[in-house]
Amino acid sequence: MKQLLILSGKGGTGKTTIASAFIKLSHARAYADCDVDAPNLHLIAGWNAGPQVTDYYGLPKAVIDSALCTECGRCKERCRFDAISAKDGYSIDPLTCEGCGVCEYICPAGAITMEQTVAGELMLYSDAEKVFSTAQLKMGSGTSGLLVTEVKKKMKAASTDADLAIIDGSPGIGCPVIASLSGVDMVLIVAEPSVSGISDMERIIDTAGRFGTKIVVCINKYDTNIENTERIEELCEDRGLPVLGRIVFDSEAVRAINNGQSIVEIDCASGREVRAVYEKAMESLFA
Amino acid sequence: MRIAVLSGKGGTGKTLVSVNLAAVAQDAVYIDCDVEEPNGHLFFKPQHVQEERITRKVPVVDDTLCNGCRKCVDFCRFNALAYIKDRLIVFEEICHSCGGCVMLCPENALTERDKVIGKVHKGRSGSVRVHTGILNTGETSGVPIIKKLLAGIKGIPDSTVVIDCPPGSACIVMESIRDADYCILVAEPTLFGVHNLSMVYDLVKLFNKPFGVILNKCLEGENPAEAFCLERAIKILSHIPFRSDLGLLTSNAEIAVRKDEQYRALFSNLLDVVMKEVQCEATPHP
Repeated sequence: MKQLLILSGKGGTGKTTIASAFIKLSHARAYADCDVDAPNLHLIAGWNAGPQVTDYYGLPKAVIDSALCTECGRCKERCRFDAISAKDGYSIDPLTCEGCGVCEYICPAGAITMEQTVAGELMLYSDAEKVFSTAQLKMGSGTSGLLVTEVKKKMKAASTDADLAIIDGSPGIGCPVIASLSGVDMVLIVAEPSVSGISDMERIIDTAGRFGTKIVVCINKYDTNIENTERIEELCEDRGLPVLGRIVFDSEAVRAINNGQSIVEIDCASGREVRAVYEKAMESLFA
Repeated sequence: MRIAVLSGKGGTGKTLVSVNLAAVAQDAVYIDCDVEEPNGHLFFKPQHVQEERITRKVPVVDDTLCNGCRKCVDFCRFNALAYIKDRLIVFEEICHSCGGCVMLCPENALTERDKVIGKVHKGRSGSVRVHTGILNTGETSGVPIIKKLLAGIKGIPDSTVVIDCPPGSACIVMESIRDADYCILVAEPTLFGVHNLSMVYDLVKLFNKPFGVILNKCLEGENPAEAFCLERAIKILSHIPFRSDLGLLTSNAEIAVRKDEQYRALFSNLLDVVMKEVQCEATPHP
């Protein structure tokens, strides 16, 4: 299975819009949304039947039994995350606790235990032809990287014979992005012609480059700033990265998305340009 | 007063709002907590920048002392240690710096060193103090940098502090809003925008923060984000129109309020509205 991951560094450049178009064009049999902090692909994926939902457990978090606690303060002293408060007896803030287990180990009274909590939901949509894996991290939970890994695992396990998988990534360069990069064959970076977009694109190129993953670029909303579009093209040429195409800013695209459709389902300029980018991306991926 | 600006979805205009709010305030500190992709400094182009490197602790093994008991490997919940071919290996990228392995090693074979994960830049742009956190590429968590950025504002209580948050609603966002007096949620009028607005709405409620919404990129016609706010009686602080001149200024990293009187008026008015909201929250209800 060839895996194509769509990233951008900066948020709001059009990752999900392009991912949904690619899914439509390729009749993808396997796809996933790895933006577990703010997933959106399910909104336009067009599944009628509901998903199979499983609870996602992050790392267990520490809980203090106040009946056993002797208030010696060793846990608070050792906690590197400032998760333990001594106000009105000792207690642990579950939103700050990272689940390392140091307090449980150090407690001389055996008052601290590590307890499993649901940190999110994995959702798997499937029918005879295709599989869509997505998830939603519960508010206030960490460990989004682990959940990203689970989303990809679920997709792969459910679609053993698909030859292409399209994965919608998250913005940024940190833990969920790094988790989404492992094992993919090519990254498509959706760039945006703003000074911010260029800075963010360079940082995601550096991040993906560390994994030795093949990188290609497309420029979305290119006509909003032609000078910056040309700068992106020069920058990619200097780095030896192929630019697969430019996509115009198109208010029709917003209309399609708000109707729960991908932009290749209506006749519009951006849809035609995405199609050209898609064809080049497939050539590159299967080259 | 500390105002956090967040959105859930990326690209809705957090930096646009944060930068312009700080630029119209009399005495402001702008703090860029989007340490994975910091952009505010591109707008402010701060002068006299001082750099501080940010580190976290990672374990170091003394192979001559390690006897291969694997107690550390069993303890580490992040799987950041492995004993392979008679050697203890540390995977620094996934280590959470909890110090557990060092604490429990019976042979004292583990110590810690400071690993540089990024930096904080502090500079000035006109009357605005600009603090930027920058995570090194390849590093997984910017939380220590955000903690450092926010620890630095406690000593300056009289200024208007604007905290530009990362997208999403995960740990890194929670850290950014923890000490805020007020949260501004920036939403765009799309299906995606509304879905992500609903998530940060849950987050600010979870943290019990007073908040209001700015509707950005407003066009004629229906606005699903506005409908969301009206249904829940959420305070709408401002409507920012979708306009190509504002888009162009922003895409060239220009600060709109420093270039155009009408945007200065729009953001001055917004700052007044936010100030009133905060004061109203600070007054105890009878």
